[in-house]
Amino acid sequence: MAVEIPVEKWAGKVREVTIGATASEGGTRSKTVTVGGESTLPFLQFEGQLPHRPVIAVEIHDAEPTDWSPTLLGALGDVVKDPAAWAKKAEEWGADLIFMRLVSTNPDGENRKPEAAAEVVKSVLKAVGLPLIVYGGAGIEHNPDVLVKVAQATEGERLVLGPAEDKNYRTIVAGCLAHGHIVSAFTPMDLNLAKQLNILVSDVGLSPDRIIVDPNTGALGYGLEYCVSVIERLRLSALQGDSMTQMPIISLAGEESWRTKESKVSEGVPEAWGDFAELGLIWETTTATTLLHSGADIVTLRHPKSVALIKSVIDKLGKGA
Amino acid sequence: MALSGLEIYKNLPKTNCKECGFPTCLAFAMKLAAKGVELSACPYVSEAAKQALEAAAAPPIRLVTIGADSRKIEVGNEVVLFRHEKTFYHQPGIVVRVKDTEPADQIAKTAKEVGGYSVERVGLQLTLDGIAIENTSGDPAKFAAAVKAVKDTATVPLILMSQDPKAMEAALEVAKDGKPLIYAATSQNWQEMAGLAKKYSAPLAVYSKDGLDQLAELTKNIAGAGVADLMLDPGARGMLDSLQMMTQLRRLALKKNFRALGYPIITFPGEGVDSLEEEAATAAQHVAKYAGVIVLNSFNPAVAYPLLTERLNLFTDPQKPIQVEPKLYAIGEANEKSPLLVTTNFSLTYFSVAGEVENSRIPAWLLVTDAEGMSVLTAWAAGKFDAEKIAKAVKSSGVEQKVPHKKIIIPGYVATLSGELEEELPGWDILVGTREAVDIPAYLRSAWSA
Ligand code: SF4
Repeated sequence: MAVEIPVEKWAGKVREVTIGATASEGGTRSKTVTVGGESTLPFLQFEGQLPHRPVIAVEIHDAEPTDWSPTLLGALGDVVKDPAAWAKKAEEWGADLIFMRLVSTNPDGENRKPEAAAEVVKSVLKAVGLPLIVYGGAGIEHNPDVLVKVAQATEGERLVLGPAEDKNYRTIVAGCLAHGHIVSAFTPMDLNLAKQLNILVSDVGLSPDRIIVDPNTGALGYGLEYCVSVIERLRLSALQGDSMTQMPIISLAGEESWRTKESKVSEGVPEAWGDFAELGLIWETTTATTLLHSGADIVTLRHPKSVALIKSVIDKLGKGA
Repeated sequence: MALSGLEIYKNLPKTNCKECGFPTCLAFAMKLAAKGVELSACPYVSEAAKQALEAAAAPPIRLVTIGADSRKIEVGNEVVLFRHEKTFYHQPGIVVRVKDTEPADQIAKTAKEVGGYSVERVGLQLTLDGIAIENTSGDPAKFAAAVKAVKDTATVPLILMSQDPKAMEAALEVAKDGKPLIYAATSQNWQEMAGLAKKYSAPLAVYSKDGLDQLAELTKNIAGAGVADLMLDPGARGMLDSLQMMTQLRRLALKKNFRALGYPIITFPGEGVDSLEEEAATAAQHVAKYAGVIVLNSFNPAVAYPLLTERLNLFTDPQKPIQVEPKLYAIGEANEKSPLLVTTNFSLTYFSVAGEVENSRIPAWLLVTDAEGMSVLTAWAAGKFDAEKIAKAVKSSGVEQKVPHKKIIIPGYVATLSGELEEELPGWDILVGTREAVDIPAYLRSAWSA
């Protein structure tokens, strides 16, 4: 019985965005990373192209995390005290990118000044050859100051800077424009808002191949389904040819899944949760796997074992690409 | 798949005799398509036309039931590729495999663990769905004994795994009342397996790794032999092959209405992987992308809990946001000095707020109002989260007895409500909290000094 496999012919494809710049391109990275370019749904290579596999950005902080899960701190060891050493380790684990959250700039916390934060970013750039994604940790009001300083201090490195939100995108985008960076446009789990922000950012003059979309991440058990649907809708819209939804997508799987109770609580763990260390790990990899299947192009991760596992998942699904 | 009026019309007598109560056959067909009338209202449809219409009106992916008790697995009947298009209806069954070569007490132990597994989440009890017993020994007696060991310990749906019809019959004799899934019919044994499926009125899985042409040929033969409840194992293992194959099967059923492959799929994510974590990731893919039954190699709660949670998430109807019960929640060891926060009963809002309050390590009271499952901003805009409603919740929840301090923290997004709320709640201090849940820990640490 002859079965004719239905094949979708899509009108559009995801835009390619290259992160990082080598010496000849005005930066200091030893290599660049290109994401996007897909002309089909995730990994469906029988009907379309996957020119670039999704990539892993290992998350580091610019200051030692104090409230992370003991599982995580145990696996990371002493490097969490030194962002540069941490980034180096991440490179060894097989990170494609470094995702750096500037938590120290939080006015309710350490309240580190933008200049000082930018210095830490520079120290990480010096330590590794990987391209960087830098996220503010100072809140919607103060992030622009921090990110603009980082943009200036790292001129030409083609970092991804974010999150740029509807209330603060202008300054951040201007910083990216002036200093040769890429913006990550953040919206709270809504296709239309994501599209709208992309339009606004483009209107300021940033070319669409310098925009990454962060549609907000819900971890497993904490809104994963909303996140899956918004990413799937964005991706379908991109493939159908809507150019303002064709930006590559980033999902902060590491940050969101390690914030959950399941990953953090180490005492009084219910028996039905099983081994606590294993559960935290699988919570992160299940979140990441599900988001990759929805259409994420960049996933952030925290645990070195998750990095190894998701790397093999991407290798298997991207085989031939 | 729903038929259009014109498609139905083609099968009608086209005599316009009006006996159905409609002026023309076409008018009747249109009403039928809109499900406003039964086909039986026309006395003149031929038997052949009736069958054609009924077959065409059947769901594109057959609904298959494994098991006979209240804990049965019902899968199939899906109508979309992506949950946002409508919803995913039937959660995939997640079962654990035992082998008949394991010692009887080991088999019984696994059966007990799987059958008794239950984990609480969002007020629901999530459970595993069944046990697959594999005839690894090749010995019918051993197989039957293993099935008995499982059946005596756990009352869950069973999957019997053997390609030997003799062994299958021996196992079915033990498990016959339970409508177990027979796994599997192949090109070699399908006639005997179809015979067993009929004799024991059990659903039958069909296996072929030689491509979809072969698989479709097999299911057609088996359906022709009178077995309607089938499942598919297209033999694809590993993440990429199974993703592509299972996507193709779902599309064939939904987009082409391809009957011969319109059945739910059984998967074995632990086959051909190197680690437990890789099995878990493959299973996670299968939950998201189109499995009907997922057979895990071993019982491990640290794998089961995330998979059951993923399944719960993805099979939630996107049109109906899950709501949490509107009431007063204690987060941690809240006492009369603990802060009181108020939010809405949209589940994501509740879990974000509750999670952040927990992160703050400051025990607190969380008053959840009935905002019809909307988030704070949406509910406020829709008039479902206003001063009157908050005040009502304060009064009906009995929180006044619990917190003599009479301070209530409202979400930053509805700061404008504080004036009105002061009027509604005389004697109360209205504090404006943060807009985003993520900022709650810092807020509580600095602002709470009761
Ligand atoms: S009863 Fe049947 S044949 Fe007569 S008009 Fe109605 S549909 Fe047509």
